[in-house]
Amino acid sequence: MAVIEAQGIRKAFGTTVALDGVDLRVEEGHIVGLIGPNGAGKTTALNAILGLTPYQGQLTVLGRDPWSARAQLMRDVAYISDVAVLPRWIRVSQLLDYAGGVHSRFDRAKAEALLARTAIRANSKVRELSKGMVTQLHLALVMAVDARLLVLDEPTLGLDILYRKQFYDSLLNDYFDQSRTILVTTHQVEEIQDVLTDVVFINRGRIVFASSMDQFESRYLEVVVRPDRLAAARALRPIHERQVLGRSILLVDGADREQLAALGEVRKPSLADLFVAVMEAGGTMP
Amino acid sequence: MNSMVWSVRRELWENRSIYIAPLMVAAVMVLASFVVVLTGRHSRPDQVASSCEFAAGILMGTMLIVAIFYCLDALYGERRDRSVLFWKSMPVSDWTAVLSKMAIPLVVMPVVTFVISIATQLLMLLTSSAILSMKGQSAAALWALPWLQMSSGLLHHLVTVHSLYYAPIFGWLLLVSAWARRLPFLWAFLPLAAIGVIEKLVFNTARFATMLASRISGGMEGGSARGSMMMLWPSHPLEFVTMPGLWIGLAIAVACVAGAVRLRRYRDPI
Repeated sequence: MAVIEAQGIRKAFGTTVALDGVDLRVEEGHIVGLIGPNGAGKTTALNAILGLTPYQGQLTVLGRDPWSARAQLMRDVAYISDVAVLPRWIRVSQLLDYAGGVHSRFDRAKAEALLARTAIRANSKVRELSKGMVTQLHLALVMAVDARLLVLDEPTLGLDILYRKQFYDSLLNDYFDQSRTILVTTHQVEEIQDVLTDVVFINRGRIVFASSMDQFESRYLEVVVRPDRLAAARALRPIHERQVLGRSILLVDGADREQLAALGEVRKPSLADLFVAVMEAGGTMP
Repeated sequence: MNSMVWSVRRELWENRSIYIAPLMVAAVMVLASFVVVLTGRHSRPDQVASSCEFAAGILMGTMLIVAIFYCLDALYGERRDRSVLFWKSMPVSDWTAVLSKMAIPLVVMPVVTFVISIATQLLMLLTSSAILSMKGQSAAALWALPWLQMSSGLLHHLVTVHSLYYAPIFGWLLLVSAWARRLPFLWAFLPLAAIGVIEKLVFNTARFATMLASRISGGMEGGSARGSMMMLWPSHPLEFVTMPGLWIGLAIAVACVAGAVRLRRYRDPI
């Protein structure tokens, strides 16, 4: 079943087109990374999915129209937006009271168990917590909601590496299962590469690449070409070529591993390498 | 319903001035009456009664000031600190959110003010009686005053004027709060002043200003409501519900709330 189904989503702010016909399908039980440069339309796309902004086109999230049914949708959807948005005046205990009061799927005991592992105390105010602790608190809140879709928009922005690592570990170990779906955007591509089941690149308001991680890993190879084999390697029509310390590194799509081994050292590209290749090619799939 | 109750609670957590401000004013009032009676400047029952009414009046004034600041910040502050994104991640509709904010000046604050006023008056009465009896004077005349009537008059005034008649003022302030990108205070008052000035320049009349003044004074024209009689306006409920000004005001309030709900849906955080 598709949790998110978008067809031709358009959104303009004045003359600036933020989303220029986005088609996106997210299946249940997947962890999808939405990756794009600044201003690519990531946040606008998420806002449309969460019912925070009106749009043109067809969009259903868990079978509902998010713009007209945001409040109902939020029973099954949890999200963390880009930066700390928890109200600074509120106490942790009040936050738990409130969530328990308005949210039928909020499990207070689970939130308290998650918070017990942190240094966050129930009578602290949000303003007294460090940035990392606020993120831990927000994560504990959303993880205690029995949601079918979790949307994370740059959830680890501005956090140090320890918190970032912990964040994704916690998400995978304590939250994710086959009935849940996660949609995440981030700048730190390397960080979520191992977490994702699917990846989507967005640029200038359009989806320019979408693939499962399995497919990505079997399709793309990188080869560090020996100088004398460069011409032969280029004949394979690499989608990207870069120079590192005088050596050429070529990214190839769907080539035979044996064949590449003859040209130089073959290795797996990272998602970041493919992202750079796509963006340098003008933001469309070469 | 549940989310409405929790939304109102949330407002009280955030805006503790709703009850702290009147409590502080009440404390000052009790202290002042204590001093005044102790020094013997007030000892007659009618003097104590009028200082009790004065205290209720000051508490209502406090309530109005707190309500104005509360309304102007209610939908502006959550956009400015981006916490609206968190509130919107909860299964609470924009209608519930805005109505819970409107319920603060319309319901919560009049109730808080009534309870604190009655408690203040009772305390003033008790301290005055104590002082009078210590001085060897009788306090019986104090308790013979029509207190019950004064309390019900106060409640009546709070419901009619401070809640129902002021509803369009609160609605307007919430609307501005949902709309303004900055300086909601100026946006709330400058357009009204501008309309008044333009009317004066173009037509050389002051109907708009008169209308506003009559709204703020609670619809009491001229000097018909002096002193303690203020508590008993309008004298008959039927007279109140047949006032066109009441219904026009309520219609404006409903329109403003609907506008604020729509703006809360559409507006991005600042």
